[in-house]
Amino acid sequence: MQPQPVAANVPLFETINVSRAFGDFRALSDISFSVHAGEFVSIVGPNGAGKTTLVNVVTGLLRPTSGEVRFLGRDISGIGPVELARLGMSRAFQLVNIFPALTVRETLAVAIASRLRRASNPFRSLKRDGVLQADAERVADVLGLRPKLDKIASRLSQGEKKLLDIASAFALNPAVILLDEPTSGVSTADKHAIMEVLVEAARSAGIRAIVQVEHDMDLVERYSHRIVALQGGSLLADMAPRAFFADPAMIAAVVGTRVRL
Amino acid sequence: MSHSSIEIARPALLRRTMTLNGIGVLLALIVVMALLPFVASPYVLLLMLPFVGYGIALLGFNLLFGTTGLLSFGHALFLGVGAYTAAVFTSKLSILSFEVILVASALLSGLIALLIGTLCVRYTKIFFGMLTLAFGMLFHSFLYKFYAVTGGDQGMRVLRPLLLGMEWRGGKTAFLTGPFYYYTLVLFAGLGLAMWRITQSPFGLHLRAIRENAGKAAYVGVEIFRMRLSAFVISAIYGGIGGVILAVTTGLADPELAYWTHSGNLVFMAVLGGTGTFAGPAIGALVFVVLQDFVMAITQYWRFVMGGILVLLVVFMPRGLAGTVEMLLSRRGREA
Repeated sequence: MQPQPVAANVPLFETINVSRAFGDFRALSDISFSVHAGEFVSIVGPNGAGKTTLVNVVTGLLRPTSGEVRFLGRDISGIGPVELARLGMSRAFQLVNIFPALTVRETLAVAIASRLRRASNPFRSLKRDGVLQADAERVADVLGLRPKLDKIASRLSQGEKKLLDIASAFALNPAVILLDEPTSGVSTADKHAIMEVLVEAARSAGIRAIVQVEHDMDLVERYSHRIVALQGGSLLADMAPRAFFADPAMIAAVVGTRVRL
Repeated sequence: MSHSSIEIARPALLRRTMTLNGIGVLLALIVVMALLPFVASPYVLLLMLPFVGYGIALLGFNLLFGTTGLLSFGHALFLGVGAYTAAVFTSKLSILSFEVILVASALLSGLIALLIGTLCVRYTKIFFGMLTLAFGMLFHSFLYKFYAVTGGDQGMRVLRPLLLGMEWRGGKTAFLTGPFYYYTLVLFAGLGLAMWRITQSPFGLHLRAIRENAGKAAYVGVEIFRMRLSAFVISAIYGGIGGVILAVTTGLADPELAYWTHSGNLVFMAVLGGTGTFAGPAIGALVFVVLQDFVMAITQYWRFVMGGILVLLVVFMPRGLAGTVEMLLSRRGREA
């Protein structure tokens, strides 16, 4: 099932025979897949298939029980979130994950300050840091949050909070961004809008690959270049969306069989 | 801090208070205090000195509590370190330079905080609170039991220091309400400005991000442990300096300074003033000192009265004095 790497094209990141057990329960067994520059990959599968565990392993939150996670050719198993951010992989979360009392500008500045290593001198001015402020405005522009810059995060709409969460991941200027259900908890109308903004933003921000966990098959079909399907912790498929959606067995395995009334 | 009803309402208010008033309120207060010797009695001025000591300590305490979200129940430890540094330097080592004492107490407090904090800041919430409480109690027992070194329950005398290398003759009250009063006010203003810069820096922003959502902060590259430890050390340095001022004022380093109820008083002052504001905790210190003096003069059951006030405060003014005033002002501003 290992995808054929294109010659002379080193993957941005890859998992090699990754397994993860929680006690006796094997959440992931022997998962190998890779993501290359320019790809938008969707991880799909029914509840409990191991999608979030996989994202947690890939982002270094969980150490794989066996196997290896490589990012830009380097082993990053269990490296932890701060180092991960520094290397150029960032993550947005399934549930809205914001700093409630901070403004949009401040939220972005948190990420930018860590990227520019501004936080070690406690007497440096934040307001007068032109580079940092300009960058916060740039990221806000990219995600359409410019008019909300000085709004408190907790006062934003649900969709805007989601975008802000994603924006703060963008603010790290990552090479790869991992999104755990970027549109969960958002109305159907907002979902497409968020995805459009996201894909366009990734392009203009120079993000080299997007990996998302997504349940909404409309979104998966429309935006991804490749689908990685999990079932019971194992890799079920790694294929193009066209092939995936042409195979009723796949759809049944991932979404469940359609009930006829 | 974990009442969800409060947290929902808090954010907008928090920011407005921090930006509108900010350092201004504190500096205005210090200017008023600078003019106080022209109108007030020495008694009032002597009452202001503990306020300056607590005010400085509370600036540090609030960096830890209000900004970073770590509630320490052992912060009096650092006031104790400052006070005993002043005592050992003046009465054992015969080093009377106030500047040397300040620097030494700051270094010592910072160093102790670095050691303790390396363990404590790995925990948050009640676990952090309990660990700091435990260290505070350890230090208190040390002061209390090592009679030969610390004078036990008798404490240690703190001699009159030299200010800027100059010896001040005259009575104790004249010294404390004259040169020492102004010296500590300048110190208060300087440390206030420094703390203001800290809260307005990217470093301060990272501390706030940790308070708001540490899990997310890590994913945007915030070094949680290092930042928390730095905040702990800075707050300890402020505590140590505050302790020096308290000890010089009373002429005594007393183990009670490091006792856990004294840590409780610091929490009381912070909550009284309002931890969501920059100057709030310092104002809380002022009100606490004045209130305690007033209540103690009229009844021996002053602890009962202070406890009652704390209850009323938490129920009716969860944002403290500064926070409530700010809320009223912004409400009026909106109506106008």
